[in-house]
Amino acid sequence: MLATSRSQQRTFNLVILGILLIGIVIVATPMLYMVSTAFKGSAYVQEFPPQFIPNNPTLENFQVAFNSRNFGRAFLNSAFVALSTALLVTVLASMMAYSFARFDFAGKNAIFYVLLAMLMVPGVVLIIPQFILAKNLGLLNSLPGLVLVYSAGPLAFNTFLLRGFFENLPRELEESAVIDGASPLTIFVRVMMPLALPAISTVAVFSFLGAWDEYVLALNFLTDESLRTLPIAIANFRGQHATNWGLVFAGSLTAVLPTVLLFIFFQRYFIQGLTSGAVRG
Amino acid sequence: MHTDLARHSTRAATSARPAPRRGRLYYRWYVPYLFLLPGLALYLLWTVYPLGYQLFISFFDWRIIPGQTSEFIGLANYQRAFGDNTFWLAMRNTFGYVIVTVIGQMLIGLALAWMVNRVFVGRRFFRAVYYLPVVTSWVVVSFLFQYLFSPDASGLINFVLVDILHVLPEPVSWMANASSAWIAIYSLGIWKGIGWAMVIFLAALQGIPPELYEAAAIDGAGEWQRFVGLTLPLIRRTALFVLIALIIGGFQVFISVLLITGGGPLHRTEVALTYMYDQAFGSLRFGYGAALSYILTIVIVVISFVQMRFFGRRNDSVEY
Repeated sequence: MLATSRSQQRTFNLVILGILLIGIVIVATPMLYMVSTAFKGSAYVQEFPPQFIPNNPTLENFQVAFNSRNFGRAFLNSAFVALSTALLVTVLASMMAYSFARFDFAGKNAIFYVLLAMLMVPGVVLIIPQFILAKNLGLLNSLPGLVLVYSAGPLAFNTFLLRGFFENLPRELEESAVIDGASPLTIFVRVMMPLALPAISTVAVFSFLGAWDEYVLALNFLTDESLRTLPIAIANFRGQHATNWGLVFAGSLTAVLPTVLLFIFFQRYFIQGLTSGAVRG
Repeated sequence: MHTDLARHSTRAATSARPAPRRGRLYYRWYVPYLFLLPGLALYLLWTVYPLGYQLFISFFDWRIIPGQTSEFIGLANYQRAFGDNTFWLAMRNTFGYVIVTVIGQMLIGLALAWMVNRVFVGRRFFRAVYYLPVVTSWVVVSFLFQYLFSPDASGLINFVLVDILHVLPEPVSWMANASSAWIAIYSLGIWKGIGWAMVIFLAALQGIPPELYEAAAIDGAGEWQRFVGLTLPLIRRTALFVLIALIIGGFQVFISVLLITGGGPLHRTEVALTYMYDQAFGSLRFGYGAALSYILTIVIVVISFVQMRFFGRRNDSVEY
């Protein structure tokens, strides 16, 4: 009986593998098609039948993209905005998380519950007041202004993520640091931050991606063409009537590449961070 | 459940020792606040305060143009919303999107996780490829799906359905009417989200001790019986978590609709956020937009609150 069930098992596993591979094809096809379109000359983009591997691959779209409409500038703007946001969120959220995890102070629970409650409010419903506030503070048309708004949104969530991580760190290391006369700041910088590196890099990567991809706030905050970020630049490639899809996807590919690289490099931390809070029996 | 066991044992080990008195951290009373202050100030200014400010704005016929005065109109914006057919259509569309995409992501995500967990080759590869759409920007994938669903014969979806599979007699102009436009928007929502659901489910499945399956197999339980009787109950909490997160995410559907159909044709594919956005930034009715935002916020908060109660509580830790 065991023998037959073992060969049955093998067929069954092969069937499963087959389904998974078909799934991969379905999931990956849109992405691959985007890559292939980016390398098609403008004459071939609407061709019938559609070509998966372009007959005459060309870098023309990338050249046009980087030579036109401040695209290179938009790349730099996005890099500035996303890196600053990642840095700000990481530093501020870990400071708050450390405070919640290791100190006792008046009002701790009240502040904690305000943050907890705010987690339920999705950031995107706040664009109207944020826009008017930025306008009143004179922060429209300013990349640092955009960074401030981008950084505020994810703070609560990341504070909770890091607080959980800090609380699970063993206290022994801090205790020996205290005996050596370390101050809270020293312990935070020298002991907690290095130990929490996996969680902190998750926070940094997610905040980077959030700022890198954001579209609507950037569209309304930045009217000055030289300040525009990548998603706006890509959207501008999509003309009103005849869209040059090759150009759109050459721009898209340029924007997507850094995020995919980040994902590949940080895959382990990524998955850890994603599942750490979610999975319990 | 593995982690819970581990946590229990470490807790038992530490409580067996006398509490460490030496090495306790001393700090002045204001130190915790110094750590809290910069982040909290930023957070209060850009999220807590705007939430209140939005309520204020929603009571006005708000004028964004300098020199014009905003007029206080009480609840008129809310009254208007309840009589606004397009708003109700947008809310119904949002619920429809949530129902279709959440079910799709849950079922496909769980099935994929279960299959990836079963085969022992290429787990990391499968996980990485299925997850790729999750990390790709909404702007990019929205344009991509618009292109895939191009109206002419050279559109990839039309080509596959008409010329390869022969399930359609002629190319469909997908965005010309609402029902076919929803197919494009729904499939984007599901395609982009299944990787996330899969990763979470996979982690939960990997936490189930294999001995349980072996015991069930010896008892003669078949594949399906083991899945329903053993796996599903064990990952119940994870499934609930995924469900909540997907529902809350689904209500925030925005960029894909904005970029693929723009709410058209004739507002037929409008969702709550695109309509709010259109009213505020398109028609400059910021007061009305603020009221719409508030209604949506209340809907989302009520739903997540109900779900959180349902989901259960564990000390004061956040569930996500």
